[in-house]
This record gives sequence, structure tokens and C-alpha cells, in this order.
Amino acid sequence: MKDYKVKKSKLSNFKNKLDFWATNSEEGGWNISSTDEGSQKMLENENEEQIKIQTGTEVLDDFVIDEETSDDERMIVNMGPQHPSTHGVLRLQAELEGEVVRRVKPIIGYLHTGMEKTGEELNYFQGPTNTTRMDYLSPLFNELVFSLTTEKLIGIEVPERAKTIRILMTELNRISSHLVALATGGMDIGALSMMIFGFRERELILNFFEKTTGLRMNHNFIRPGGVAADLPDGWQKDVQEILKVIPEKLQDYDDMLLDNPIWKGRLQNVGILTTEECFAYGITGPSLRASGYSWDLRKSQPYSGIEKFDFEIPVLNEGDVFARWRVKVLEIFESLKIVEQSMHNMPKGPYKIQDKKITPPPRKRLDESMEALIHHFKIYTEGFKVPEGDAYVAIESPRGELGCYIVSDGSSKPYRMHVRGPSFCNLQALPVIMTDSPIADAVAAIASLDPVIGDVDR
Amino acid sequence: MNSEILNIPLNDYKTTVESLKNEGFEMMMDLTVVDWFRKKEPRFEIVVQFLSTSHNKRKTLKTFVNDEDLSISSITDIYPSANFYEREAFDMFGIIFENHPDLTRILMPDDWVGHPLRKNYGSGRIPVQFKNAPKVD
Repeated sequence: MKDYKVKKSKLSNFKNKLDFWATNSEEGGWNISSTDEGSQKMLENENEEQIKIQTGTEVLDDFVIDEETSDDERMIVNMGPQHPSTHGVLRLQAELEGEVVRRVKPIIGYLHTGMEKTGEELNYFQGPTNTTRMDYLSPLFNELVFSLTTEKLIGIEVPERAKTIRILMTELNRISSHLVALATGGMDIGALSMMIFGFRERELILNFFEKTTGLRMNHNFIRPGGVAADLPDGWQKDVQEILKVIPEKLQDYDDMLLDNPIWKGRLQNVGILTTEECFAYGITGPSLRASGYSWDLRKSQPYSGIEKFDFEIPVLNEGDVFARWRVKVLEIFESLKIVEQSMHNMPKGPYKIQDKKITPPPRKRLDESMEALIHHFKIYTEGFKVPEGDAYVAIESPRGELGCYIVSDGSSKPYRMHVRGPSFCNLQALPVIMTDSPIADAVAAIASLDPVIGDVDR
Repeated sequence: MNSEILNIPLNDYKTTVESLKNEGFEMMMDLTVVDWFRKKEPRFEIVVQFLSTSHNKRKTLKTFVNDEDLSISSITDIYPSANFYEREAFDMFGIIFENHPDLTRILMPDDWVGHPLRKNYGSGRIPVQFKNAPKVD
């Protein structure tokens, strides 16, 4: 009898220790309270209309519904939010019939940090620090679109050198972003070498970014009025290295994957997206170009002087996962062309606009001039005022149209700052791609859309 | 690229969107709300961006919703891409889109009270409480 009591107390003692270890508190019950799953509703609440939107049009890869299956064979499965192939914290609720996906609902919001609200509290000078954290794989595009919108509201034009630096940096960023898409996409499907290869080559570009901007991600390099700093000495050498190495490595990828029967069998005729579906769901970028529609904002609505560069838009007609993978590889080659041209034709001159209202004085001047110090202090504390009005500017990010809508009330902070993230919109098409196809293709479909959850949830 | 701005009354909203679709604006790119709290009457302005890839044109549609019911008709049946954007607008501003197939919160948790992007919703008003941490008054 006595022994039993001792055992029990020991056990409870142990439990407390575990509690203490997990939460640094003697209070129990942490493991019960921590299981309140996100309370977003399950699929059964949806009506016919919603299901119709999710199903899309009938395409080649659709499985025909078998008359004989009963409701018992259907089950709802949760995928994510902590799943390596969901590229972050995307959660999918899938209704399966055998191993065929019948309905999918993407559930997002696990990474929501209220960046649009934060954007209303930071002035225009600080704005890029906030927007750069949205799409963390292509931060320079976010900075660029914010800066372009602010410049449109003020009505200024940045110097030629600043424009070309912006193009150089964003196109390098496009390459690094696509490399991550290829790497993680390869890993999801099972080409594990691709994972290592993609991240290895991306490192080259990130090193250049670190040299230029001081950071590998979240640069805050492109600011309203120009760029933060000039390119470092000997930058041409680094860019030459990138231009030399990346095409060689892309050749390696092609040797490994392009004629690989497993890769082809896994991706071809999987997750087909027609042009009409792209229009209906607002899908832009590589996914639209892979379904046979030539649309690139760099050509049709050029920004930051990109119309002066000579490059092509790769377009493929299949609209499947393979085409979306291939378009990204081809786009890297086109981006390399732009990088090469911008390197050879880099204009001389200032890298910031010479407008005292917007540009802070150079650091050297602060030591010698009182006025410069006051000017510097005013700009960094108050920021600059932007005239009343609103503007929407869109650029071509690696995932599609990245738009920024700013409403100004004449003060130094945006009254409303909204970012149209391409991933947020592209994710709506996930049910269309995934319905009526095997569960094994679901992962390939997610990888091909290349969603960045930071951009989805903002 | 400047987009043409159309300021329209609330009643014409849906018909205008339909006519835009027929004019060749294939894509609805963005739908967002501006809260003109104590600056304008009525308070909420809906801003919708349209893109025509065939004509290479953009159009911006602006309309105000009534303060009493805060409701506007949904355009998901014309442009399915409005689905997430309308849910986001409902989540962040509390605008009710009539006949939306699934008008639920999208970014905030379902049991969240309030609409965070409204101007009278202060940021930092909810103190961050960590699990089992000593309560601070």
C-alpha cells in the first residue's frame, strides 16, 4: 500500500517537472490548452457555388468520378500547416476518395503579421523595411514596387544610374528566387540533388547582395528616390562570375532533369491550368506564361527603364507542372541577358535623386556642416511629405504581378498601404489544379505555383 | 502605366463590373478597402483594379458603401479571383459581400473580435500574453 503511494507521488512529481521544463512554470495543463487548432471551418459548410469555383474546367488530367464509390470512402485529410512541402505554413484540407483528391480548401493566415497595418505607422522613408519582409524570396521587388508607388505620388523620376542599378539587382533577385523555386520544387518531387544545386548557386547571388546591400535578405536597398548605396568597387567581377557560372550549372540541371523519364513522367500532364482559368483566377507570371499566353509586365507595361533592354519572353503551351518548371529555367536565361546588358551599359552619375527634400545628405557632410546635420535629423525623424492622392503601380515579380496601392493624405506616412501579392492570388487556383487528380500530384502542384507564405499572409 | 479611374455609385457597382468584363478586362487584379474614418462620409471606399491583357489597359473602380449596412454585392460570380480578396476585405474591414459563397475570415482566426485594418482599431491594443507567463496588470 505504501509503495503504491510513493510511486504515485513520484509520478506526479515527474509530471510537474515536465511542465516546468516545457513552460518554465509550475502550473499544469499546458498540454491541454495548447491544442486549440485553428478554428477555420471545414469543407462541409460550403455550398454548390463555392465548389463550382474550386473545380474549374475539365482538363486532360482529371479523373472521372466513379459511380460506385459510396460516401464512406470519402475522408477529409489535413495537410500542414507544418509540412515540409507546403513551403511554409500553408494548410490544406483535402477531401479524398481513395487516393483521388475531390475537393481542396487552402487555409491561410498562420503567418499573418499585420504588415499593412504596420505600413500605416511607418513613414515613406521607413516603408521599404516593412515591405521587403513580405515576399522574403524576392525582397528587392517589394522594395521596388513601394518606391515606384511613392515616386509616382510625389511625381519624381530617379536618375538613370539608379534605374539601371534597380534593374540589375531585381533581375539577379529573379534568378535567385527562381533557383529556390527549382530547388524546393525538385525536393518536393524527389530530386534531392536539385535541392542542393539550387541553393548552392543561389549563394553566389546572395553573396553579391551581401556585398552590395550589407544583407542577404531584407535588404532595404531600393528606397524612394533611388538606391541606398552605390555598387561596390569591382562589382563587375562578381557579376561576371555569376554570368559565367549560372549558365553552366543550368546546363547541369538540364542534363539531370530535362530528359529524365522519371521527372517527365512525374510532371507532364499533371496539374493542368488553362489560359481561361488563369484569367478567371487572376494568375500572372510564369504560371500564365506556361499556359500559352504571352504576358509580361516588363514588356507590356515597362517600369524603371526596362524597355531599353533586349530580352525575350519564354512561353510554353502545355500548362502543366513540367511547363511551369521549364518556364522558370528559361526565364533565368533571359534575366541573365538583362544582367549582362545592364552591366555593360551602366550609366555614370548619381545613384540617388538630388532633391534635398527626399534624399538625406551624405554621411561625410554631417561632420562639417550644421545644416546638413539638421537636414539629416529632420529626414530621419519626420520623413518627407507626399502630396495627397492615390496610386497603384504593378511590376513583374518572379511570381506574377506585384502591385502596391498607396493612399496619401498629405502627411509623411501612408494613409493606407496595400500590397497585391501574387502568391495570395495564385493560391486561389490551387483547388482548381488539385481537384480530381491523385494525392501524389498535390505536392507537385503546390511546388509549381511556388507560393511564398510571407507574401500570402503579409 | 496610368489606369483610368471610375467613380461610380454603389447601385451601379455590379453592372459596371459586368460591362467591364464584356469590354475585355479579363482579370480582376486587386480589391481593397480604404477606411476614411472621420474624414469622409460614407466611411468605407472599395477600390478594385482591373486589367485587360488584350488591350493592355488598366481600370480602377471606386465606390463607397453605406455606413448603415456596410454591404456590397459580391463579384465572385463574374471574377472568381475576387473570392480571396473579398474575404480579406471582410476580415480586415467588416465589409459584407452579399452572395459571396464563403464569407469567412481568411487571415485572422475565426473567433477574432474586431476588424484590424479599421482606423479606430489601434495597433498594440491587445497586450501580448505568453502561455503561463506571470500576468501583468
